[in-house]
Amino acid sequence: MSGGHSDRLYVPGASAVHRLPPQCKLVAVLTFVLIVVATPRDQFWAFGLYAVVLASVAAVARVPAPVILRRMVVELPFLVFALLLPFVSHGERVQFFGLTVSEAGLLGAWNVLAKGTLGVVASILLAATTEPRTLLLGLERLHLPALMVQIMSFMFRYADVIGGEMHRMRIARESRGFQARDVRQLRVVAQSAGALFIRSYERGERVHLAMLSRGYAGSMPVIVDVRAGRGQWLTAAALPMPALAIAVTAWSLT
Amino acid sequence: MHVPDGFFDVPVSVGGGVVAAGGVALCLRGAHRELDDRTAPMAGLVAAFIFAAQMINFPVASGTSGHLLGGALAAILVGPYTGALCVAVVLLVQGVFFADGGLTALGINMVDMSLVTVLVGYAVFRGLLRVLPSTRKSVVASSFVAALVSVPAAALSFVLLYAVGGTTDVPLGQVATAMLGVHILIGIGEAFMTALTVASVMATRPDLVFGARHVLPTLELRTTPATVGGS
Repeated sequence: MSGGHSDRLYVPGASAVHRLPPQCKLVAVLTFVLIVVATPRDQFWAFGLYAVVLASVAAVARVPAPVILRRMVVELPFLVFALLLPFVSHGERVQFFGLTVSEAGLLGAWNVLAKGTLGVVASILLAATTEPRTLLLGLERLHLPALMVQIMSFMFRYADVIGGEMHRMRIARESRGFQARDVRQLRVVAQSAGALFIRSYERGERVHLAMLSRGYAGSMPVIVDVRAGRGQWLTAAALPMPALAIAVTAWSLT
Repeated sequence: MHVPDGFFDVPVSVGGGVVAAGGVALCLRGAHRELDDRTAPMAGLVAAFIFAAQMINFPVASGTSGHLLGGALAAILVGPYTGALCVAVVLLVQGVFFADGGLTALGINMVDMSLVTVLVGYAVFRGLLRVLPSTRKSVVASSFVAALVSVPAAALSFVLLYAVGGTTDVPLGQVATAMLGVHILIGIGEAFMTALTVASVMATRPDLVFGARHVLPTLELRTTPATVGGS
């Protein structure tokens, strides 16, 4: 029940990337994405090289390409937006595949698409090579407040339970002949949401009592500690360091 | 409306991160004050609820559907601090685990969708309740207006950030019109969904609606000495 999310996100493996402590990977990915965002947009080659760096990380981690591609659909809504940019932006008009579009808009669309896609792939690789539980430990190691990490771990633990409850409510509605066709049926949907809230809240109260009866006094026991050595930090730097070199070159060329 | 990487420049992204961190720290303290050692399980479960509720699709017009964003709803149901905290946690999980929203844009996403939405939504809700009569209907009406205003407010804060550090060349006026136009429509759906959800919780567990705690009369336990029969 609690493993539902990790099934979808985590790709089990024992590669060098999998074995790295989570905090190293988090810092590496965040630095990488920051560098990518800071890269001037007209240095097209730089983004190609970033993609090569990410592809080699994926190869080392043995994360199959279909897994990455499938999860990239989160980007879709925003892809539509990027495609509109060349048409609504100001600036000089240019011919592009037979369409008259704004040059600045075209460059803007490329900028958002390239950087957004690299960021999404980097995040997917992080989640695919790190178990959610371990990733939470990494966040705690990076001094995210312990309470915040606890809240996140409870959310993770119960997201599937609450989601399952919602699913059963939907089946119950539909088996009674309900079908939400237009706004008039909104009341029924909202009543389900209200019931779901009450159930979630009451479950939270029960979970709290269960914790108290097991001796909870405000902090969770640390069962596994994930310390990182200098060597592991250096290994993790294999992602942002080449990116930094690429970015510095790109900046010097503009 | 999760902002991806590369949409805002580095200074604004980092600035957004700093503001979000400060806001979340404030909310952590506020939530802890309200919930004490219940904070972790309660906020965690409420965050799981918001996460699930965002997946409930409701039909809008022929073929199109919308879903709840939940900022105003969370603020009204569990209070502004816990509400903002829970939405922030949902955004953090979506960004770090699901690649939904860029990591560098996480701060901006939190400021727009958690802090601004909750702050504006809750302020409108409480403000209206102050002037309206203390009835169940006013609670529902206030949550309608609160949700209605909170969504365009988030879009407006996005436009403001865009004016400071947006990376695309779309003229500001056009961005503002498009963002506000779309989000006023989304806000209407959000308002109906929020008000109806609050109404259904009020009908069964009015004590769970944080924002209305001080409005509705509390039930009191009255004991009257029974006259023992037999005289």
